[in-house]
Amino acid sequence: MKIEILGMGCSNCNKLYQNALEAVKQSGKDVEVIKVEDIQKIMAYGVMSTPALVVDGVVKAKGKVSKVDEIKELIK
Amino acid sequence: MLKKFADDLVFNWMSFKPETHLGKSINFFVYDTVKVFFLLSVIIFFVAMIRSYFPPEKTRRILSHRQQYIGNVFAALLGIVTPFCSCSAIPLFIGFVESGVPLGVTFSFLVSSPMINEVALVLLLGLFGWRIAFTYIGTGLIIAVLSGIIIGKLKMEKYVQDYVYQVKVGSFEVENQSFRQKIEYAKDYSLGLLKKLWPYILAGIGIGGFIHGYVPSDFLVKYAGPDNPLAVPVAVLIGVPLYSNAAGTIPIVQALMGKGMPMGTVLAFMMAVTALSFPEAVILKNVLKMRLLLLFFGIVALAIVGVGYFFNTIL
Repeated sequence: MKIEILGMGCSNCNKLYQNALEAVKQSGKDVEVIKVEDIQKIMAYGVMSTPALVVDGVVKAKGKVSKVDEIKELIK
Repeated sequence: MLKKFADDLVFNWMSFKPETHLGKSINFFVYDTVKVFFLLSVIIFFVAMIRSYFPPEKTRRILSHRQQYIGNVFAALLGIVTPFCSCSAIPLFIGFVESGVPLGVTFSFLVSSPMINEVALVLLLGLFGWRIAFTYIGTGLIIAVLSGIIIGKLKMEKYVQDYVYQVKVGSFEVENQSFRQKIEYAKDYSLGLLKKLWPYILAGIGIGGFIHGYVPSDFLVKYAGPDNPLAVPVAVLIGVPLYSNAAGTIPIVQALMGKGMPMGTVLAFMMAVTALSFPEAVILKNVLKMRLLLLFFGIVALAIVGVGYFFNTIL
């Protein structure tokens, strides 16, 4: 399973990244979490409002900083 | 009713004397703080609900079929309900351009989004009254629409960075939220915003109640005071590179007014600070070539200066 955090480096994007890391830690599952800052890749996902959360190639949330619990739900 | 609460709290519970300066100031502070926070919570929540019906993906869809003029107006209006996160500016810009939203229309959106928002509206309303608040919103919209129309007419499309036209964008899906999800979103957003802004709001009200002492913007007032006809351009020039959200400008706005700066100059400064900023320029440089970036900043700054002079004559 792979989580991608789409964002170009503002504080909200970092917060989402931290939340994702925490959610993975709490869930105990083996999930890769990577930050995607390349604009071409971000646009390829059809995302206009960052930060955005992508799980296994599917955009699950955009334009907001998902909470740890919400992310845990998504990677169940 | 609120006044009575403030009076009770300050004069009865805290035992300040209503005749004293200190008593009156604290009474004003309590009354205004509660009033503003209450207004803010209600209106931010309300606007966030509206916002949940207009995510950027939907805005993009609405604007991509519009022609000039109408498109500019719609863009400026939609900018009000769209919060401006600098890092989203690039994906947003690219998304709009790739969807065939006219360049000028995109710019109308870019101007109104950071400058006109519910926070500015509520704070101006709560602290200065309807006239000032609505004048700010109204002229802000005019600036957004006009700058967008002008840029559109100048046909600056070739001054957008080339890669923007080459980026392959995935399909923009408009997320469908249930009503409950919208409430949840609005609640989170409101709380988050209040949590972020409360120090600025308190400072803004506090300075209004206790205006005195040294003001760091002494330099600004010296060159932009009530008798100086160049006050407006100077205030705007100083405000452009600065960055702040609307709430952060309010303490400065209060201090400047307390020091005798005319309302028009002050509002122009507020617009210059929120609409344009050096960090925003750095970010936009990624999608705009220098000439277009400078043109964008120049036109908006000029429009704000014009509005500043206009304010000073009517207020």
